[in-house]
Amino acid sequence: MQNYQLNHLDQLESEAIYIMREVAGQFEKPALLFSGGKDSIVLVHLALKAFRPGRLPFPLVHVDTGHNFEEVLQFRDYLANKLGEKLIVRKVEDTIQRQHLTEPKGKFASRNALQTYTLLETIEEFGFDACIGGARRDEEKARAKERIFSVRDEFGQWNPKLQRPELWNTYNGKVAKGENVRVFPISNWTELDVWNYIRRENIELPSIYFAHERTCVEFQNQLVALSEFVQLEPSDKVVKVGVRYRTVGDMTCTAAVPSQARTLDEVINEITVTRTSERGETRIDDRASEAAMEDRKRNGYF
Amino acid sequence: MDILRFITAGSVDDGKSTLIGRLLYDSKSIMVDHLETLEKQSKNKNEDGIDLALLTDGLRAEREQGITIDVAYKYFTTPKRKFIIADAPGHVQYTRNMVTGASNSDLIIILVDARHGVAEQTRRHTLIASILAIPNVVVAVNKMDLVGFSEDVFNNILIDYHALIKDMNFRSVQFIPLSALNGDNIVEKSEKITWYEGVSLLDYLETIPLENAINLEISRFPVQYVVRPQTPELHDYRGYAGAIRSGIYRVGDKIQVLPSGLESTITKIEIGEKEVQEAFAPQSVILHLADDIDISRGDLIVRTEENNQPTLSKEIEAVLCWMDDSKPLAKGNKYLLQLNTRTVRAIVQEVEYKIDVHSLEKIQAPEKVLLNDLVKVKLKTAQVLAYDSYKTLRENGGAILIDETSHTTVGACMLE
Repeated sequence: MQNYQLNHLDQLESEAIYIMREVAGQFEKPALLFSGGKDSIVLVHLALKAFRPGRLPFPLVHVDTGHNFEEVLQFRDYLANKLGEKLIVRKVEDTIQRQHLTEPKGKFASRNALQTYTLLETIEEFGFDACIGGARRDEEKARAKERIFSVRDEFGQWNPKLQRPELWNTYNGKVAKGENVRVFPISNWTELDVWNYIRRENIELPSIYFAHERTCVEFQNQLVALSEFVQLEPSDKVVKVGVRYRTVGDMTCTAAVPSQARTLDEVINEITVTRTSERGETRIDDRASEAAMEDRKRNGYF
Repeated sequence: MDILRFITAGSVDDGKSTLIGRLLYDSKSIMVDHLETLEKQSKNKNEDGIDLALLTDGLRAEREQGITIDVAYKYFTTPKRKFIIADAPGHVQYTRNMVTGASNSDLIIILVDARHGVAEQTRRHTLIASILAIPNVVVAVNKMDLVGFSEDVFNNILIDYHALIKDMNFRSVQFIPLSALNGDNIVEKSEKITWYEGVSLLDYLETIPLENAINLEISRFPVQYVVRPQTPELHDYRGYAGAIRSGIYRVGDKIQVLPSGLESTITKIEIGEKEVQEAFAPQSVILHLADDIDISRGDLIVRTEENNQPTLSKEIEAVLCWMDDSKPLAKGNKYLLQLNTRTVRAIVQEVEYKIDVHSLEKIQAPEKVLLNDLVKVKLKTAQVLAYDSYKTLRENGGAILIDETSHTTVGACMLE
């Protein structure tokens, strides 16, 4: 007898495609936030499954902090080009100039918080009413609370105490002018689901997800890539090590993981047995406080 | 490997968060850095050891007050299953958030404090589970250590609970005596509860059959989006994209489009650009039809050769959970009603009765309907709706009400 049971990856895939199509069906001007990182690459893959052989009903949008990894930017352009889909890039640098923003100072000065200004500017410039993002609920405890359709006010702010009820698979995309919705199709995926899906679907990734030699600064037991954005002090220990990246964010706030894993299977093996969480191992910006992510989301972060 | 989605419900001190913390901790799903944060917080709060409850409260306000305000989703995987936990608030003022978590769950764990037995909260949570038609219930009788692991205490709760649900229609109800704090019967079977012959909670969650979780007999396909590339090579391509909510569709099936009633035949089914001969719920697919008929988002495609056809009507009765904290529901109010992908205007014609969540009695013609009230209503829609009774088919019987001025979701309707 035919087995009419979907395995967990098929279920997650189907749910994500459904959510993408709800965005296309309900909004006038949606966009897909695409950084060139693995989660947003998976989003693009799912969007293709949702809309091919048609064109994607939304552009890919990247907010470039100016502190991104070169390999990732190249991959971003390569993929958009290969697919023939529209890519919009807006730079934090330009927002800083225009709005006279103050750059954060310090050893690993991060533009992570400034990204929000550029994102909100971009949303306004194009009149986007929905932005699809690759955030997952297993990443972080504030994200664990967020709806799949997360309504933001005209300042992009999330109000965690006043979220819309979200029932069944029924998503309410109604918003007032100026408001927008952040949509998270892979909310229910875990880090390992993403990796297993990448393997199953044979999805291409930027090279920095695989082990390579890199010159890094050791900081609080973490390895941060040496770059023009890091202020080196005489006491700093600079090492050349085999590393891979488990997440991809700004060069200044993303740490590398010591690794020899050069293939997808090897990477998945390492991630399967690790006892440290994805953000815990790689994100310096979450360490600010217990509620760092909640605070950023309240301010318009995605 | 399949997925079990479950919700946990219990009142403030029943140990709900501790139970989830214990499940995650004992199944080794908590990462080292999260444990370190936990240890730090537990110290900050001057408590001994690790406070497992802190794991699930994600918002600052929740940590400050020590309560759950909104649903938090937690994930863990064992070699047998992937689990998605909706950790829902127990407080009556956050009922709408519990309903959010309950709507997608296949199973509910209802915590009962062994010392207090079936309490008001137990009744309310069970009622919501029944109205939301969660098929499977686990009554987790917690804090057994505080009643000397007494079999009598457990059996009395079992009898009381059976009396509570005598008119409800759950597929399965399982009672498990446990102690979340000490880990008795959570992952491993307790050595202290010798009289209990069943399995541990995790064992139960790993093995409960899910084959019937989705109805494969009744076919419902709400159209989400029409894919039309309109390129020279694909000039005539016209595909209807959507997720099959229930049932099975095959190439060659005769179908009908509702509410228009137009008929056609399925000529092609695509999943991610691959052609298949059949597709089933909950797959996301693209359907192609033999005839070029008028179909758009919001239409429902059903198989004509099935016995169970949806109801076509503008007059709808529903049990409704009111979710707006700023405005009451009243007769004559107009809303948007969204059922899957179809949105129509609706007017409240009558509020028949309100269900008292404590006594489970019906209060006829209530004066006011406020946040979290459960009421029976009669609605009239502007266009015909093709729907099923929620009790028979959750997938095409649950609708939301949207306030057209505030845009927010104000009601959950279980259609009858």
